[in-house]
Parts: sequence; C-alpha cells; structure tokens
Amino acid sequence: MAQSGKPRVAFYWCASCGGCEEAVVDLAEDILGVVEAADIAFWPVALDVKRRDLEGLADGSLAAAFINGAIRTAEQEEMAHLLRRKAQLLIAFGACAHLGGVPALANLWDRAAIFRKVYEDAPSVVNEQGTRPQEVVPVDGERLTLPAFRDTVRALNQVVDVDYYLPGCPPTPKIIKEALEAILSGRLPPRGSVLAPDVALCEQCPLKDTKPEQLLLKEFRRPHEVLIDPKTCLLAQGILCLGPATRGGCEALCPRAHMPCTGCFGPTSRVVDVGAKMISAVASMVDATDPQAAEAILNTIPDPVGTFYRYSLAASRLRRRIQTPPPEAVRAQAAGG
Amino acid sequence: MDGPHKEQPAHGPAGTGWEPTIVAFFCTWCTYTAADLAGTSRLKYPPHARVIRVMCSGRVDPQFVVEAFARGADGVLIGGCHPGDCHYQEGNYKTLRRVALLRRVLGEMGIEDGRLRLEWISASEGEKVARVITEMVETLRALGPLALPARRAAWDAEVAPGTVEAVPAAAAGGER
Repeated sequence: MAQSGKPRVAFYWCASCGGCEEAVVDLAEDILGVVEAADIAFWPVALDVKRRDLEGLADGSLAAAFINGAIRTAEQEEMAHLLRRKAQLLIAFGACAHLGGVPALANLWDRAAIFRKVYEDAPSVVNEQGTRPQEVVPVDGERLTLPAFRDTVRALNQVVDVDYYLPGCPPTPKIIKEALEAILSGRLPPRGSVLAPDVALCEQCPLKDTKPEQLLLKEFRRPHEVLIDPKTCLLAQGILCLGPATRGGCEALCPRAHMPCTGCFGPTSRVVDVGAKMISAVASMVDATDPQAAEAILNTIPDPVGTFYRYSLAASRLRRRIQTPPPEAVRAQAAGG
Repeated sequence: MDGPHKEQPAHGPAGTGWEPTIVAFFCTWCTYTAADLAGTSRLKYPPHARVIRVMCSGRVDPQFVVEAFARGADGVLIGGCHPGDCHYQEGNYKTLRRVALLRRVLGEMGIEDGRLRLEWISASEGEKVARVITEMVETLRALGPLALPARRAAWDAEVAPGTVEAVPAAAAGGER
C-alpha cells in the first residue's frame, strides 16, 4: 500500500501502437474514479516516473500491473519480469499482450529479413554503408547499448505468468472499467480468465437475426469492393466477418459501424487456435463441391494468415513461420540426438 | 496444448535416426474400414501412421491438424469417403474445402504441401491405404523432419530461462 493507503497500480507499454494507452485515457471522467481509488505508481506514457523508481518498490507492492503490447525486445522482456515481480496481479492489456496482436504478424519473417527490409530494401531508405542497429557501440570510451531485437514476437504469457487478460484492440472503456472495479474490489474470476463474456461475437451482433441458418457463398468480398447493406449479416453478404469465432464483449462495435469483425477479442474458451477454427467455419460456407471451384472461391481471400491470425499468430499453435530446411540442431534433436 | 502430453520420441530401426511420424485421421465408414481390410488382407505398408478414427472426415477440425504438427507430427493424412459417398451426405465436401484453405495457410507458415494429404479411400480400397501411406512416408523422408517441438525449443532459447510455453489464454479462461 502506498502512503495514501490506496492500492498502487502500474501501466506499461511494450510492442504496440499506443492505442491501449489511449484506451485508458478514453475512460474520460471515469479515470478520476481510478485515481480516487488507486495510486498510479508507474505509467511512463503519462507520468515522469523512471524505471529505477519501480525497481525501488518492494516486491509485490503493486496491487496490479497492466501491460499492453507484445514482447519483441529484450527490454520489454525485462520490464515484463520486473513488473511481474512488483505486482500481485499481472494483467495482459489488449490484443497484443493477450495473443501477440498485429506485431506478431512479423513472425512470418525473421530478424534478418526484417532488418534487411527496414535498413536496405525499403524504397525510401538510403543506407550505402548498410548500417544496422548494434546492441553495443563504443563511443568516446563509453558503451552505448540498445535492447536486443528478438527473432520471434511473443504474447505476454509466453514470457511471464499472467493472471488476467483484457482482450481487444484496444479493450473497450466498458470492459476496462469493469476490470478495474473487479480488481480494486477483489471480486475476481479464477486466475487465467479473460475478462470478457465467454460467448461468440455473433451473440451480441445486432445483425444476428439476418444470419441465415446455412451460409453458402460464391465469393468473398472486401469491404471496399461493395456497398454494404447495413441491415444484413455481413457474412451473408460475402464479407469475411470473424464474429463466429471471436469472443464477444465489444458489443459488436465494428459490425454496428458496418465493418466486419477482424477478431481482436480473440477466441472463446472452447477454441485453442482461433485462426484454424475460423478457417473451419469459413471453408464450410463455400458453395462448391469440386476442388477447383472451391479453390477458386477460396482464392478470393487474398491473405489468409493476415485475415485469420491478424491478432493471434504468436498465440497460435504454429507461432511463427518455419524456416526450411531445419537447422542442424533441430535435425539432431528430432533424430533423438 | 503441451501439458502432460509428452512429445513422441523419434523412432525407427536402431541406428538409422529419424523416421517420419504421420497422424492419420480416418473416417469410420470408409477409410478406417479400408485400413482394417488392408490388415485382414495382410497387405504390407510402413508402420509410420498413427491412425485416429473419426466418425467423418468432416469431423477433422483444422485445429486438429495444427495440433498434430505442433505436437511433433511430420505429416497429417486425412482419409474420407469418395465425393458423393459421405455417410452424412456432405461431410467430406466440407473437408475438401477446409483442406484447400488450410493448405494455403500452412504454406504461408512454411509447412510444405506434402505434409498434409487428403485422400478419398472407400471401404473396399485396402490397397489404396497401403499405397498412400507408403507414398507419404517417401514424401516425408524427402522433406525431412518438421520437428516443431524442437524448433519451438530453439525459438525459445532467445528468451530468459524459466520461460514456459503458455497455455493459450482463451483455453485457460473461464466465463466471467
């Protein structure tokens, strides 16, 4: 407890866009309720508090730490471990911390390919010496350091133990507020829970009644290619909406705005690999019985990995693109070496 | 999930090292019966397939396929009734479409085409079971081990020790 007697909380930002930080600010006047009920001990985006201040706190002295963003660098990994040590509850805040999020789509490449693209091949780059960021650079007798850039992007729970998950890109003010209230009052579900309803998004969608019992589609269309009928189930219009395999809780914000669900709340508790589950659902809707015709319809989905694993590649069962052939060490291990 | 389920150790004749592992999902009405026939007919084929009997190839959720790869399978074989012959009318058509889409995703994830195979094998085609498994073993031998558990360990070597592969959050989560 802080001197004020109020529980202390912390917010931290890893590999993400900043939208989750905005979401906290989006609590608007409700943020005053949070400030009244809790001391914000650490929130680099908003308060001038340093890492050493956090390190100076006793272990377990934070009631809760909210971490948004995936884990890409060694620094983010260190901060996750540090906050885990200082906090009684560690909460993965938002899709990136929950499942890897959009940053985890970088797992389709490796570090070398990413650096090549960013520091050489991108059309706007002029880098004749092929300069690359170095983890350690000696300058005038000093050592300047940068955090290591990992090959693989990870969800928060692939680096430290996580107590609760707040899904969403970003979580909505409503579920943030409910989670804060639950945490501050101690009325919490079992550890490991996702703090959102465990139902498919279709259940909360205002267009649900127009979803046909059986969907049969001749093509998939992208939102910019059609005039969307705002009163009809998007899937029935051939627009890939991930509602059937996505957890509700956002109250169908995107479908209400006539845009398809892209899956940011992740899966319900019955699904292990949300991309594979959505592949199952989508392929079932294809109106074709011969392989060529089915393939032609399915080829109207231009980017299946980016579509079905938009927020969840790190947390998927495959996790990242596989480099072939396997490295020698892997070969040896597979052979029982 | 990894959990208590141990990864299969590599097997095969002593000294020869790695041998491919195939997880085979066979529909009970056609392909499983065909595999039975292959056995009672004393057909010889390599012992690399672990057969999982399902009521219909349409029961094979793409999640099962990625799970099999994640747990160490080098290949996944799905066997169902010929088109038009499905005991449940159109289960195998769903399989056909799912495999088409899944194949594209697996390709983008670096998993070669030959590692996922779909075959229509009727109850009377015991010799086709033997032929398909024989061919698939050859294909996988040429491709080499997929070895996802070992690769995962290699990927995780870059993060601090003590890091464990987490249970998917959704699977761990209860209802609020």
